[in-house]
Amino acid sequence: MDSVSDLKSKEIKRATLNELVEYVSTNRGVIVESAYSDIVKMISANIFRTLPPSDNPDFDPEEDEPTLEASWPHIQLVYEFFLRFLESPDFQPSIAKRYIDQKFVQQLLELFDSEDPRERDFLKTVLHRIYGKFLGLRAFIRKQINNIFLRFIYETEHFNGVAELLEILGSIINGFALPLKAEHKQFLMKVLIPMHTAKGLALFHAQLAYCVVQFLEKDTTLTEPVIRGLLKFWPKTCSQKEVMFLGEIEEILDVIEPTQFKKIEEPLFKQISKCVSSSHFQVAERALYFWNNEYILSLIEENIDKILPIMFGSLYKISKEHWNPTIVALVYNVLKTLMEMNGKLFDDLTSSYKAERQREKKKELEREELWKKLEELKLKKALEKQNSAYNMHSILSNTNDELKKKPATSVG
Amino acid sequence: MAGAAGPAAGSGAAGGDGDDSLYPIAVLIDELRNEDVQLRLNSIKKLSTIALALGVERTRTELLPFLTDTIYDEDEVLLALAEQLGNFTGLVGGPDFAHCLLPPLESLATVEETVVRDKAVESLRQISQEHTPVALEAHFVPLVKRLASGDWFTSRTSACGLFSVCYPRASIAVKGEIKQYFRSLCSDDTPMVRRAAASKLGEFAKVLELDSVKSEIVPLFTNLASDEQDSVRLLAVEACVSIAQLLSQEDIEALVMPTLRQAAEDKSWRVRYMVADKFSELQKAVGPKITLNDLIPAFQNLLKDCEAEVRAAAAHKVKELCENLPIEGRETIIMNQILPYIKELVSDTNQHVKSALASVIMGLATILGKENTIEHLLPLFLAQLKDECPEVRLNIISNLDCVNEVIGIRQLSQSLLPAIVELAEDAKWRVRLAIIEYMPLLAGQLGVEFFDEKLNSLCMAWLVDHVYAIREAATSNLMKLVQKFGTEWAQNTIVPKVLVMANDPNYLHRMTTLFCINALSEACGQEITTKQMLPIVLKMAGDQVANVRFNVAKSLQKIGPILDTDALQVEVKPVLQKLGQDEDMDVKYFAQEAISVLALA
Repeated sequence: MDSVSDLKSKEIKRATLNELVEYVSTNRGVIVESAYSDIVKMISANIFRTLPPSDNPDFDPEEDEPTLEASWPHIQLVYEFFLRFLESPDFQPSIAKRYIDQKFVQQLLELFDSEDPRERDFLKTVLHRIYGKFLGLRAFIRKQINNIFLRFIYETEHFNGVAELLEILGSIINGFALPLKAEHKQFLMKVLIPMHTAKGLALFHAQLAYCVVQFLEKDTTLTEPVIRGLLKFWPKTCSQKEVMFLGEIEEILDVIEPTQFKKIEEPLFKQISKCVSSSHFQVAERALYFWNNEYILSLIEENIDKILPIMFGSLYKISKEHWNPTIVALVYNVLKTLMEMNGKLFDDLTSSYKAERQREKKKELEREELWKKLEELKLKKALEKQNSAYNMHSILSNTNDELKKKPATSVG
Repeated sequence: MAGAAGPAAGSGAAGGDGDDSLYPIAVLIDELRNEDVQLRLNSIKKLSTIALALGVERTRTELLPFLTDTIYDEDEVLLALAEQLGNFTGLVGGPDFAHCLLPPLESLATVEETVVRDKAVESLRQISQEHTPVALEAHFVPLVKRLASGDWFTSRTSACGLFSVCYPRASIAVKGEIKQYFRSLCSDDTPMVRRAAASKLGEFAKVLELDSVKSEIVPLFTNLASDEQDSVRLLAVEACVSIAQLLSQEDIEALVMPTLRQAAEDKSWRVRYMVADKFSELQKAVGPKITLNDLIPAFQNLLKDCEAEVRAAAAHKVKELCENLPIEGRETIIMNQILPYIKELVSDTNQHVKSALASVIMGLATILGKENTIEHLLPLFLAQLKDECPEVRLNIISNLDCVNEVIGIRQLSQSLLPAIVELAEDAKWRVRLAIIEYMPLLAGQLGVEFFDEKLNSLCMAWLVDHVYAIREAATSNLMKLVQKFGTEWAQNTIVPKVLVMANDPNYLHRMTTLFCINALSEACGQEITTKQMLPIVLKMAGDQVANVRFNVAKSLQKIGPILDTDALQVEVKPVLQKLGQDEDMDVKYFAQEAISVLALA
């Protein structure tokens, strides 16, 4: 595309669009029924387009500059105009819904994949207004966003507008009525939680975590499945992601109800125990910072008899072995805090620590023995099979020989 | 669960021989409850061991139900399980019992994670072959129907991959049902399912009777090709190839071409790209007449498409398109209908387009013959040889053999040499590396005199390049040249120059001498190695820089096998022994290693 051709015509168009924006913003009563069709047509003609392939196929949103839309000088004004149109006090959804229909919204959603962040920003506001004003389109919009996200998670791992869509969803979730519909709960568990596995999580994690926490504030019984879901998808090799997950867990713990906490404390602290002993110091540090959170401390104290045995082993080990002195210092403070919460249990665990280690080693040896026995069993069976086949064969051949040797004797 | 979770489980206590049969299940249960996912994974990977130990009947009655009911695990474990089950038919008692494997695989086929689902479908396809037709209808087809009516999209997507394997052997009535299910998936609400259906359309069409293809598949194809989502439409293009292969020319013209024409002008560049990408297959499938009337005009449009991606994809297909035209009249077609468009591409604004063209354009020489090549193609080659983008130039150079066959490289050599030199001195080392890799090929085609005259100094210059990767490639290049041109040539032209570097003030260059000797000794043979190379190597044993000295040890180890025992004992051994006493640890180490490997101790 040559951006400097037809400069004169482009200028005329730009001026006209400007005029339109002004006109709609400053005058009342100008959005008449007969204009709706043409307005929507004009907007569609300008913004609905197949997005071109990215100039940079290895585009990394965190590092690279995005490819900006070449026709932005016009498109920006079209979006401005669209917004003024939607936000005008004269705007009547009942008339507009003839033109702003499902097909329109579908095409609008596809534009969220634009690489140009300015466009996505406009789209975000536009979609938000449409969701607000067109009640009949709400279910459709949610369903299409569902499909976009599912495709993102399971097929392409590429979509530039995830953060923007999540931002809109955040305010949608905020407005859900109680009790939550099954459709919404399914969205949380089958779309939002698996979304945590995306490679580019860093780009939209803040918005994603916000959505998750919103859900939990609406319905606390979702806490257990949510945390179990996060634990299932816990990052195994990406430390940057682990730090994000820990941040999200802290946000969830900030609003958790004590009864819900009891349900997930064991699996959760097993994971935290692993994080705390991570050799990546940022992960360990982030996990240890949980002990700076007053509310979390109070929850731990209330449930110290369950939590301390889980945490003790790794904390003890790191206090002796971790390479990073800051971590070791943090661990000592944590151990001290825990000791103050329940001194007796702490002492018991300390003294039985060595015995625990021995037991674990013994179990490991027994395990190996078991597998060895199993392999021997397998060989034995294979041999048996072979032998029995051989026996069958020899029985058969003997029988044949017998038959050959003794011709049938006649009776009598 | 029958019997298996007995007292022998969990505690790991050794049972007597009578308890042998309890071990396998007990072990498995234990391991599968283990915290450590690695242990769970290992256990699943050894599932066949467990099944063997249990025997076929217990595998069927205990192991499989256990797996179906209790596996909700990490995706890694599920993936391993899906894979194992695909090969389990023998372990459950043979084809008569293959259907026992279906329940666990069915639940694996509904899992969220794509790789697990795909593996489960793969295993199901494998097992379907081992079902008898009766078992297929009794067990497999109902499974497919259940998946196809599942309420979450994952099971419906998995179902799409199973239609083609159960259709052929089903009865007429069941065939009708299968077709109906497939039809409904093609118009499913969810785009994910429609995409899965579209991607399996071609495969399904291949197992259907011709009438069904015309009456059922073609309408489905047409619908999918006009889906609102471009991701669905582009998959229909792929299906187009398979469908066209099944139909007669009249049927293709009537049933397929309208849709294909539409696709070639689709408003989404992705669909147009797909048409360009599949062009050769489409050409073969629709036959020469339709190609001439429809596809060539479409191709022309693709070559001047507004999106560079599409132009590049089309450019890639130019040679194949021309090769697959019927020999009679093809020269005219290419000259009149293809060449004008290609000429435009040579000066395209996008470098990927030019590069794609450069990689195939030389191939046209053999098709068009000597005169046309000289008059029409040669100017294009020369233009691309001077292109500002190094990749374009490289692509031309790498395909010179096609041209050599037709007109001989001499025509090009005037322009070729400056192009080669420029690439050889490009600022980016990866470009320099690429040209080195083509050097043996070029040398072979240009002949030894041309090489010695013009390219020899280039090859020597690479040996002292700043970048190690270049020096390394240059060394290997020399070795290939020696293999091409022979030891006498090596002795006269290469070896003296290499050995001179041994006195270079830069220790990296002195080391390069050693690396060259490593590479060349085998190709040059015992005499040259002993008489000319060995003395230099031994002299460098006294080098100031430790790196050089330990590389001497390594070189001696490398060339040792080529030398005779005399040389080894009289000349090499003392030097290695002295190096073995060197003050530097690494020198000592490599010297001792060389001594032991050469068995000189």
